Amino acid sequence: MNNEVVSTLGNRALVEPASGPAPSRAGEPLLEIQDLNVQFVTSHGTVRAVEGLSYEVHPGEMVAIVGESGSGKSVSALAVMQLLPAGTARTKGSVRFGGRELLGLTDEEMRKIRGRDIAMIFQEPMTSLNPVLKIGLQITEPLTIHLGMDDAKSRARAIELLTLVGITDPESRLNQYPHQLSGGMRQRVMIAIGLACNPKLLIADEPTTALDVTIQAQILELMKDLSRRLGVAVIIITHNLGIVARYADRVNVMYAARLVESGTAERVFGRPLHPYARGLLTAVPRLDRGRNAKLSTIDGAPPNLLNPPSGCRFRPRCRFVIDKCLEDPSFMEMEPGHLAACHRVAEIEAIDTEDRRIETASKASVNGHDDDSILAIKGAKKFFPVRAGWLRKPKLVRAVNDVTIDIRRGETLGLVGESGCGKSTLGRLVLRLDDPTAGEILFEGVDLAKLDRGGMIAVRKKMQVIFQDPYSSLNPRMTVGQIIAEPIRVHEILPKPQIPDRVAELLQLVGLFPYMALRYPHELSGGQRQRVGIARALAVDPRVIVCDEAVSALDVSIQGQVINLLEELQQRLGLTYLFIAHDLAVVRHISSKVAVMYLGRIVEYAPSDELFANPKHPYTKALLAAAPVPDPVIERTRPRTIIKGELPSPLNPPPGCVFNPRCPLATEECKQAVPPTRELAPGHSVACIHV
Amino acid sequence: MLWYVIRRLVMVIPTLIGVAIAVFFLIRVMPGDVVVVKLRADGAAISEETIQAERKRLGLDKPLYAQFADYMIGLAHLDLGKSLWTGESVLKEIAIRIPVSLQIALMSAIIAVAIAIPLGTISALYRDTWIDHTVRVVAVSGLAIPSFWLGMLIILALLSLFNWLPKIGYVPFWKDPVANLAVTIWPAISVGYRYAAVATRMMRSSLLEVMREDYIRTARAKGVWTQLIMRRHALRNAMLPVVTVIGLEFAFLIGGLVVTEQVFNINGIGKLFVDATARGDFNLIQGLVLLIATIFIFVNLIVDLLYGWLDPRIRLT
Repeated sequence: MNNEVVSTLGNRALVEPASGPAPSRAGEPLLEIQDLNVQFVTSHGTVRAVEGLSYEVHPGEMVAIVGESGSGKSVSALAVMQLLPAGTARTKGSVRFGGRELLGLTDEEMRKIRGRDIAMIFQEPMTSLNPVLKIGLQITEPLTIHLGMDDAKSRARAIELLTLVGITDPESRLNQYPHQLSGGMRQRVMIAIGLACNPKLLIADEPTTALDVTIQAQILELMKDLSRRLGVAVIIITHNLGIVARYADRVNVMYAARLVESGTAERVFGRPLHPYARGLLTAVPRLDRGRNAKLSTIDGAPPNLLNPPSGCRFRPRCRFVIDKCLEDPSFMEMEPGHLAACHRVAEIEAIDTEDRRIETASKASVNGHDDDSILAIKGAKKFFPVRAGWLRKPKLVRAVNDVTIDIRRGETLGLVGESGCGKSTLGRLVLRLDDPTAGEILFEGVDLAKLDRGGMIAVRKKMQVIFQDPYSSLNPRMTVGQIIAEPIRVHEILPKPQIPDRVAELLQLVGLFPYMALRYPHELSGGQRQRVGIARALAVDPRVIVCDEAVSALDVSIQGQVINLLEELQQRLGLTYLFIAHDLAVVRHISSKVAVMYLGRIVEYAPSDELFANPKHPYTKALLAAAPVPDPVIERTRPRTIIKGELPSPLNPPPGCVFNPRCPLATEECKQAVPPTRELAPGHSVACIHV
Repeated sequence: MLWYVIRRLVMVIPTLIGVAIAVFFLIRVMPGDVVVVKLRADGAAISEETIQAERKRLGLDKPLYAQFADYMIGLAHLDLGKSLWTGESVLKEIAIRIPVSLQIALMSAIIAVAIAIPLGTISALYRDTWIDHTVRVVAVSGLAIPSFWLGMLIILALLSLFNWLPKIGYVPFWKDPVANLAVTIWPAISVGYRYAAVATRMMRSSLLEVMREDYIRTARAKGVWTQLIMRRHALRNAMLPVVTVIGLEFAFLIGGLVVTEQVFNINGIGKLFVDATARGDFNLIQGLVLLIATIFIFVNLIVDLLYGWLDPRIRLT
């Protein structure tokens, strides 16, 4: 398939297939990594970022490398491309591409391969393109450098590539600059650049992490489609197990710089052998599982790579650890093509299922008390004026556009939507960090906007917030103890001498040790910092906590721990949560009721199970279709209707129903007026005229 | 781009008006009475009537608002008034002296840019090697050495090594380029060295930051070679803060000319400034301050326009 000439413009070949190492016989791997070791020399010591990594990629295959932050997956990809910083990185081992050893090559020889035979796309589409150069130039650059194409030919090829990746109106795009394109479009441009010279291998490092769920689905479908059509092998690096299940042929699981399991997607998901892989798969909240079981999590956190544990790196967190684990485990092949690095691979299955049956605690169901509405939002609107120029009237960003919703005491309302839909703004309105442009926000019956300063301070004690970024939401110059004590002192809840005890109590409540009160935030891990954020929110004994993407920035295994903690606290202290997130599985797990937002409006509202079992609104259905489930068997059989288009600008929302340009059910009538919210089933309301 | 240029040009006008008003009032706050100083210059005792008569003659006895009105009307006609000391029109006094000062300022700016960009780039590329260290030492010296002292050193060096001193007396460039340069190059170097130092350091740090950006990694991943990455991808992005710094430093440069012109005995704006201040000749001071403010505003206008040319995000929003 690599000999196929790629051209969609008639029969004229615009790009000759890559010359160099001869394409392989069937069965010969395209990329063969053997015992790859990467170390970084830092002032703190030597960080062993990748150790003993070995795997293969065959032509046309899609291989996923899964792991959490710090597992070494990105570093291993950069090592293949030799893009690691020359001063500090030491690479050893063997990387053979088409039979040719890459690690010994000179810089110039390697440069000829980069972008030509092996291409790489990165995580952040917003910053990966040069802001001062036109898109056209950035796409034609590899063509002129590697293939020596002249202007006319490279321009034609660029247009061909943009069409291939689904960008409309490619001719005018060539003259645009990156900042004029959205995130999804920029990532498509990156893919176009990657495919420009018809590479045999494309390495994608977290290509969709920074994108919304629906855009993510579009990009990944595109990559899979191109991979099949053009015969390009793809290595996709990600921490999202759903993506892996949906798209990958083979999976390599990395933990703490080592490969711990390798096999086909079906086998690794269907029958995970390594305790870490097993733990990951149970720790991920899933759309296809019940919500009543607590997430079974992996205790602890990934090791420090400056000083990793001896023997098996997973040893400190493993439930099945025995003395033998002090020795490095070697790879055992349990089934053909399915390997795991664990001494107890053969026995684990038997032990684990027994343990799991005993252990699965069901969490008590939390339902609100029906008559007790603690937070009532009525017709809330928040518009931000944007100056369009000196003499023109300011335009309005309609961030929140007529939202009406009730939250009962003791329940969790999940607010779901993609970036730019207004969910964070709504959260801020609830906390009165912004004043609504119109509408009322009633907390325990009192309109927040009408309260004076004194009244508001009293209310602030009852409402708290946990933010998304555990790194920037804690003041780096205050100790943990000071951070947690601050709200107590501000609201004068306790006399000074009693504060340290209360801080210790709170720390224990969130699963941290009391001595951590003396630490600074930078000394804690992401998960620990988020716990501190939770402790701080609990310090004033609030009734309502707004969790604004509180677990989105955490690794899967830590996420599970924090979710369990939040649920447990809710149970114990009778808290009410407004849980804002974009990850559907997490929202489903933790919420009792869910509201779906799109461009400032609520399009559907229902109890959690009902919404995910019977979604009615086309947008909700699209979101669910786009979110992959970490189970390849289910994924292979699911119908794949990917929603097209992008989120319209909130400066200029479409007339009538805001979803109509992208909706498969849209008719002329939809453009006439905003659809009213109708209750289709008890507690289940939808804003659509066609369902 | 056109809209951007027009917008910026239009914004200059209210800025100038604001500066003119501020200058008027600030000057009148200054102590010292020009009439008294001028008439008492030889030490003789002057009677009160003479002082008042002189005041009246110069129009200083009018109430403040009348003086202000005269001033603003005068400005509209580009008439800056008459020097209270020499009686000549302020505009004329400035006009005869400005060519040399402006030329020195421009020359030092050219020297600075010509040195800073290549040196800053090399320093960033060969970071932490002896090349980098040398450049950084040279740059820090430029910041540490006062320009007038450097000027004096240059004169001493020329005298002792070559037995030659720069002539006094300015010849315009088009009449006799060699003679002109023989006079202007030395003050240009003294002032330009510091100017270059600031720009070099900025270039270096800006380039180091740009090299860490994601799009440079993308360029490498595409197989672009280092030199081309520098030229096409890195430099243009790195230039943005450097251009800003060059614009800002130009203002300090004009101020620095004050002392340097004394050192090299050049009859320029700087010298005029010193003299006028000593005598409390506030019409002249007013005119000079207004002039410098105008130069500064236009230099920054150019910087802004350059910015728009370099960075499409600025001109297209």
